[in-house]
Amino acid sequence: MSAMRSTNRRDFLKKCFAGAAVLGASGRTGLLAAAEQEAALAKSRVVIARDALLRGAGATVDSRRMGSLLDRAMQALYDRDNPIEAWTKLVRPGEMVGLKVNTLGGRGLSSNLQLVEGICERLQEAGIKASDIVVWDRDSDEMEHVGFHVSTGGNRVQCFGTDRVDYEQELVTHGSVGSRLSKILTQRCNVLINVPVLKDHDGAGVTIALKNMYGVIHNPNKYHPNGCNPYIADLNMLPEIRTRMRLTICDATTACFEGGPGYKPEYSWKNNAVIVSQDPVALDYTGWQVIERKRTEKGLKTLEGDKRAPHYIATAADAQHRLGTDDPRRIAVVEV
Amino acid sequence: MSRELDTQEGVKIPADGAAEGRSPAVRGEPSPLSCALDRRSFLQCALASGAALGVCEFAQLLVAIPAWAGPQKQDDSRFIVEAKFYQKLQDKKIKCKLCPRECTVGDRERGYCGVRENHGGTYYTLVHSRVCAAHIDPIEKKPLFHYLPGTLAFSLATAGCNVNCKFCQNWDISQVRPEQVSADYAPPKLVAELAKQHDCPTIAYTYSEPVIFSEYLMDAADAGHEAGVRSVVVSNGYMQEEALKTAYGKMDAVKIDLKAFTESYYKDVVVGELKPVLDALVTLRKMNKWTEIVYLVVPTLNDSDAEFRGLARWIKTNLSVDVPIHFTQFHPEYLLKNLPITPVPTLERAKAIADAEGLHYVYIGNVPGHPAQNTYCPKCQRMLVERVGFTASRMLIRKGSCPFCGQPIPGVWHA
Repeated sequence: MSAMRSTNRRDFLKKCFAGAAVLGASGRTGLLAAAEQEAALAKSRVVIARDALLRGAGATVDSRRMGSLLDRAMQALYDRDNPIEAWTKLVRPGEMVGLKVNTLGGRGLSSNLQLVEGICERLQEAGIKASDIVVWDRDSDEMEHVGFHVSTGGNRVQCFGTDRVDYEQELVTHGSVGSRLSKILTQRCNVLINVPVLKDHDGAGVTIALKNMYGVIHNPNKYHPNGCNPYIADLNMLPEIRTRMRLTICDATTACFEGGPGYKPEYSWKNNAVIVSQDPVALDYTGWQVIERKRTEKGLKTLEGDKRAPHYIATAADAQHRLGTDDPRRIAVVEV
Repeated sequence: MSRELDTQEGVKIPADGAAEGRSPAVRGEPSPLSCALDRRSFLQCALASGAALGVCEFAQLLVAIPAWAGPQKQDDSRFIVEAKFYQKLQDKKIKCKLCPRECTVGDRERGYCGVRENHGGTYYTLVHSRVCAAHIDPIEKKPLFHYLPGTLAFSLATAGCNVNCKFCQNWDISQVRPEQVSADYAPPKLVAELAKQHDCPTIAYTYSEPVIFSEYLMDAADAGHEAGVRSVVVSNGYMQEEALKTAYGKMDAVKIDLKAFTESYYKDVVVGELKPVLDALVTLRKMNKWTEIVYLVVPTLNDSDAEFRGLARWIKTNLSVDVPIHFTQFHPEYLLKNLPITPVPTLERAKAIADAEGLHYVYIGNVPGHPAQNTYCPKCQRMLVERVGFTASRMLIRKGSCPFCGQPIPGVWHA
């Protein structure tokens, strides 16, 4: 006779109740507790690093202070005392690293030059050769217009737009998206660091990390209907993007709360921050909340009230995409 | 290297021509009234057909504007002209009034088509005179079967499109921004001159989507008419009424790609809407503009009897039984490569249904040698225009009528 058979009815019921209690299945409170416990174990970290004196007395960002701000952000993200240790957690010598900046907003609202310089310096200190770093966006002219110096040779950091090398001929597809990818992405980098700007967007609601990938493809104009949903999420699912994407360093030094994505001084503010995360969805959700707070402060409607809430963020987090989390209980926002 | 750009086809046919087909209904002897094309016209058409299909060594000779080698910076300023159909909004935004999409476009941004950009609250077309494809095609290739058969069309396109059909065979120019594709500067007068030089009585705006280069199309049509050259447009018809009347009012004939007869197909496969296209067809009819319709039959997506019947009845009720409709064969392309080529019996079923509903001119396209490529008199059933590939090899219509029974045959025929 087996042990099972030897268990009497009373013992069996005792065991059942005990098991249910352990699983938290004996009531609603238990279920929530279990969910929260699970969430606590798997939170996406989003670091917001601020420096009120980032610009000193002037309007221009101070390079030294920007370097320190970046270091604080990276150390907090990777929980390291030394910034170089944080960067060596991210990249390895021999890798080719692309920094996808955003220069669409023109002067005043494009990826900050000092921030990009700081990233390039730290990458080199982490063992990446200068010539293996490429700073890029769609168009070289747009990059030059905002202050980047186009550089395509020698042992320097490379800096140019896709217009110099073209897009791949072959289409890649996922869900609603069928596009040609920049050859910079496919041929010049195996690691992608996304360096977007914190901005309002008249169609999508906000444009931060996920939407910055529109600058990687040849036909972004096709993906603006319906608040860019589900296009943004589908685009970020492309293996060529997803497998390379390691980190987002969002330039929130100057941010935009209305009238984006173009630069309008009246709708911008000096936020003096960078936001970093390895989870682009969590970063976008967090950045969205930052913009919403500023809109409230300025007496504007919420984006939902303006009928342009960024629903694509939830799509990016859904079961079909799983690009990250938009659940605030699973996002650990660390302010430093 | 010549680019293969087609709207009707995408098929290869033997260089020596497809098998001659004849309608089962008509097997008459050539009439003493028959007026075969003269040798020169026939050769022109035959050569152009070959060039268009990319099977002919003459292709390069017939390309009016050479292809461009690769990515390079172009002088964009000469292509930039203020757009005609838009409305200024607050905060330097604009609302485009060219197509029903009505894109609201912020400063420094582009609309859905990718070829119009807002600069400081003024909207510009970036593709005026910016020709990325130019060929000399037989008019039958558009296809326009009731418009100057056997003649050539100086055919051109710019980059861009206001929809995104998953089956597009020209996606490499229609679904790109102008700076992403090779282009040459071809101002309207040059286009008219080239058309005349190459014995083309018509300029055809085609390949990509002419809606999005309306300003250029209008100027080129004016230049052409001054030089005695006509204009036709091959379009999806997804256009606002005012723009349609203004731009296509300058055309001598129009071919509309009616992609399906359901809104769901337009939403899912075309990324557009059906109703505005139907409205455009009605408007063109009221404008008395010669119009032919193409319906690309895509297996399983728009090939039901109900759709064919609904479409035929709609044409009969809202347009005329005399409006030609071409049911054409789909070939897997672009984002729709998982479906087979349309079986010929499906096309024949579509034709049978449209015939049964009383439409007079129902053609089958992209099937070389099929007898339904010929034109037959709806009254006496005699063959009036015989076509081999894209060549009209015999043209019997006289003074716009059937030479056998006198039935008027609508269209734009030779004088």
